[in-house]
This record gives sequence, C-alpha cells and structure tokens, in this order.
Amino acid sequence: MIENRPFSTFLAHLVLCIGVVIVALPLYVTFVASTLSAEQVLQSPISLIPGDQLLNNYKTVLFSGAGNQSAQVGRMMVNSLIMALVIAVGKIVISMLSAFAIVYFRFPGRTLAFWLIFITLMLPVEVRILPTYQVISDLKLLDSYFGLTVPLIASATATFLFRQFFLTMPDELVEAAKIDGAGPLRFFKDVLFPLSKTNIAALFVILFIYGWNQYLWPLLITTQESLYTVVIGIKRMISGGDAATEWNLVMATAMLALLPPVLVVIFMQKWFVKGLVDSEK
Amino acid sequence: MEKRVRFDSKLLPYLLIAPQIAITLVFFFWPAGQALWQSMQVQDAFGERTTFVWFDNFITLFNDDAYLESFKVTAIFSTAVSVLGLSLSLFLAVKADKVIKGTSIYRTILIAPYAVAPAIVGVLWTFLMSPSLGLVTHWLSLVGVHWDHILDSKQALGLIIVAAVWKQISYNFIFFLAGLQSIPKSLIEASSIDGASPMRRFWDIIFPLLSPTTFFLFVVNMVYAFFDTFAIVDASTKGGPGRATEILVYKVYNEGFKGLDLGGSAAQSVVLMLIVIGLTVVQFRYVERKVQY
Repeated sequence: MIENRPFSTFLAHLVLCIGVVIVALPLYVTFVASTLSAEQVLQSPISLIPGDQLLNNYKTVLFSGAGNQSAQVGRMMVNSLIMALVIAVGKIVISMLSAFAIVYFRFPGRTLAFWLIFITLMLPVEVRILPTYQVISDLKLLDSYFGLTVPLIASATATFLFRQFFLTMPDELVEAAKIDGAGPLRFFKDVLFPLSKTNIAALFVILFIYGWNQYLWPLLITTQESLYTVVIGIKRMISGGDAATEWNLVMATAMLALLPPVLVVIFMQKWFVKGLVDSEK
Repeated sequence: MEKRVRFDSKLLPYLLIAPQIAITLVFFFWPAGQALWQSMQVQDAFGERTTFVWFDNFITLFNDDAYLESFKVTAIFSTAVSVLGLSLSLFLAVKADKVIKGTSIYRTILIAPYAVAPAIVGVLWTFLMSPSLGLVTHWLSLVGVHWDHILDSKQALGLIIVAAVWKQISYNFIFFLAGLQSIPKSLIEASSIDGASPMRRFWDIIFPLLSPTTFFLFVVNMVYAFFDTFAIVDASTKGGPGRATEILVYKVYNEGFKGLDLGGSAAQSVVLMLIVIGLTVVQFRYVERKVQY
C-alpha cells in the first residue's frame, strides 16, 4: 500500500461488490429458478428467494428427462464427462509426446512437422466446420465417441506449452541421464514426466473446461439422444419456444451443466490461472 | 532456441510425433484443403456436377448485400464486446489490486463465468432478458425501457453483446490483475512522493505499462468475439430478428448446413481463415516486439 486512504479503499470494495453482484446475478437467478415449480417460474418478476422444488426438479431431469425430449440428463452428463476427459487426457498425451520429439531429437522433417502443427493454431473448428463434417461423415464416424472426441484432440497450443517448458530444462539432465545409461523413453518417464506435473495439472483444468463446454461439434456429430452432451441437451430443451419451455427444469439442467466446470475452476484456481496465463505466452 | 544435447534415434521421434501429425493431417489439412478447393467451385442444383469457377464465389460474396451487412454486424459486435469487456475488467482489476482484504473471494466469483459454456451463457441471458418473464426486463421496465429483443434488432444485438461480455470478463480480469501485480511498486511510490494524484498515476504510469497486456487482450477478445460466440448466438437470438445478429461464423454455419450452398459457404470459410491468420500474425509480431524490449 502506497498511502492509506480509508475512503478510497472503501470505494474499491464497493465497486468490487457491485461487480461481483452483477457477475453472480445470472448464476444466482438460475439457481433460484431451478428450485421453483413450473407455475412459480412463469411469474414476472421472478422471486429471488429459492423455492421448495429443488429435489423434485433435479430428480426429474436427472432420471426421466424434461421438455420435448425424453433423454435423461444423467446420461448426458456421463457423455459430457467422457468427452471432457478423453479430450483433456488425449491432448496432453499426444502433445507431450510430439513436443518431446521436437525438442529432444534431430530428425529429417522436424521443421516441417513443427510448422504443420503450428499452422493448426490458425484454424478454429468454427471456421472449417462444414469440410471437417464432410470428412467425418466420409470416414463413417458420425454418432460415435471417436468422432466426438478425436478431431478435437489435435491442438497446437498444448504442444507449444510443452515445447516452451522442455526448452527451459537444463541440458545437464540429458547428459546425466546419458551417462547413467538411460535411453530416451526412460528419460521421458523418470525425469521429464515428473518435472512436468504442475504443467499437466494446469493444462488439464483448461482442457477439461474446453471439452465439457464444446457446442458446435457435438451438435453436428450427434443425432442419437444417447450421445447428447448436457450442453446440447439444454439447447434441445428450449427449442420449443417460450410457452412450451419448462424453465424450472431447463434451469436445473443448466445448473447441472455448469457446476462441474465451475467447481473445477474454483477448486483448482491456482492451476487454472497458471494454465491460462502460460498457454497464452 | 535449440537444445545442445539430444538423443540419437532414427525411428523413435517419428513414432512419438505420429499421432499428432496423423490427426492434424486428417482433421485439419484435409478439410482446409477441401474448403479452399470448394470455394472455387459451383455445384448444380442436384449436386451432380461441379464446375470450377476460380474466384467467382468470392466476387459473388462481396457483391452480396447480406454478406456485407453481416460483416458490419460482426464489426460492431466484436468492437463492442472487446471495448466494453476490456474497460469493465480493467476497472475491476485496478480496484482488486488496491484492496488487501478479500481479494481471493472477489477473484473466485469473478472467474466463475469463464467455466460456463457459451451455449449456457446464451440460455441464461435469454431467460434473464426474456420479454415476458425476464428479471432484467422487469427492472428495465421500471426505469421506462421497453425490452423486446425478439422484435427489436438493436436490442437483440445488445443481448448478445451483454452475454458475450459477461463471459469474457473473467479472462480479461485474470490477465489485467496479473499485469497490475507485476508493475514494480517502487515506480508508483516514486510518483506518489512527487505528488501525483491516483488518477494521474493511473494514466501516466500504470496504463502505459499495462499496454502490452491490453493489446494482447484486445486481439484475444477480437478472436473470441469472431469465433467463440457462435454458441451464444445460436442459443439466444439465432441470428434474428431478420439478420440483425447474424455474425460471420453464424452465417457460414447457416448457409452451409441449412442452405446447403457449398461453394458460397466454403468461400466464407476461406475469408474467415484469412481473418484468423491476420489476427494471429498481428499477435505474433507483437510477441516478438515484446521480447526485444
């Protein structure tokens, strides 16, 4: 603190409180709406005190589905979890391996491989969505977990993060490993991997959220209800229009869809901030 | 940067890099190549014959009023999202940097929106601002504003801007706070001794020192507004009313999947790719410049 100004500190707290209220408002209203009955939720203005239908609403969506579809949200959450985990773990594994190859070996085609990966930074899924969809459908991968996850696994960001990190490793580690007679795989397993643990944790948080929150891709790839992720499920619930929408159940589903990633961010805050700041360097 | 010491192996590096290269080739280069190829073709009404037309699709595209309108909407939208999002989160970050007690509570709540899926952000704000039962709509009516984004195209644009900014505040806030905390306190102390007021200190010292962060965030926010907001639009306004909120990414999807105009949609994809490449180059040139400081 440079100088002590009680009033300016008070003002700062006031501004932050207002900011926090505005940011938290949509989440709070969602929570309240998810505890109301179907009639209560249609009253305007909506009450700001939670109702008594919490257990009922959540039980309904989790086990019997809601709205103009019968899919269970429980099932969708399992799909979301599979998708988020496969994408997060898959990305970490393949990008760690390729970063290892690029940093610790010299081989013909290394620069080409590096650029091939680098260029993918420039092509978000949204941009090349139609041709990618055609490729997936040509390969008969529609409506499968494979089609849902694998195309999203390749990403330059994670490879870069590991490359930067490996480059900061002292050369003496390799020399020592060589003198002790350890081969590259042994070095990877016993030296590089243990040293990368914090980076892996940080990256995992970011990628888990990325996978869980995917929207456009699962929307195109899945046509069977049994493969819907929870984010897609919500979208299908509100497609009936304002009158037909059971907002209390939609909001209960929204709570279920946003809780896992929000909890991951809040409880792994340290890793999350590190992952975010590192992956943009 | 290169490693001085390496391992020697002929086969191993190829095996290690193979999975990533395979996925990249199949799911990035093949589709991107197809997009380029298709953007120069026209398909007949039955999808039986395709003709190679060079750049005709692009010429048609840029003579199409609807496309130019979509460009304008995207420009307004992305500028509004970036400027509003950056100024709000900078303001909050400056305040959060000032207080000593309670920072972690404020930070925890402020970063929560980052984890909420864009599609759900769209649903939440549609509910809050729904003309018939929204809470914010009710508050607005108390101060005499009639809110109906289903009919009013300006308000529809307002809705997606508010939703997009709300989600992005977390990201900007984290980076601004990190930037603020890395400014040496001695600089601020020195200026304080010289008698500079807090306002003066902010504009003459803190803001210029933050400018690399601000510029970086501006580019990231533009990319976000261009591409990542697809789900927000699809879950709230669906591009309507009319074409009032049809941003470029949404138009590519709409015309490719609903209109089935392959050539036109591919041409739009190529234009978008060029925009991303442009933004990425700007970002990297800036990164290089920062290194030279």
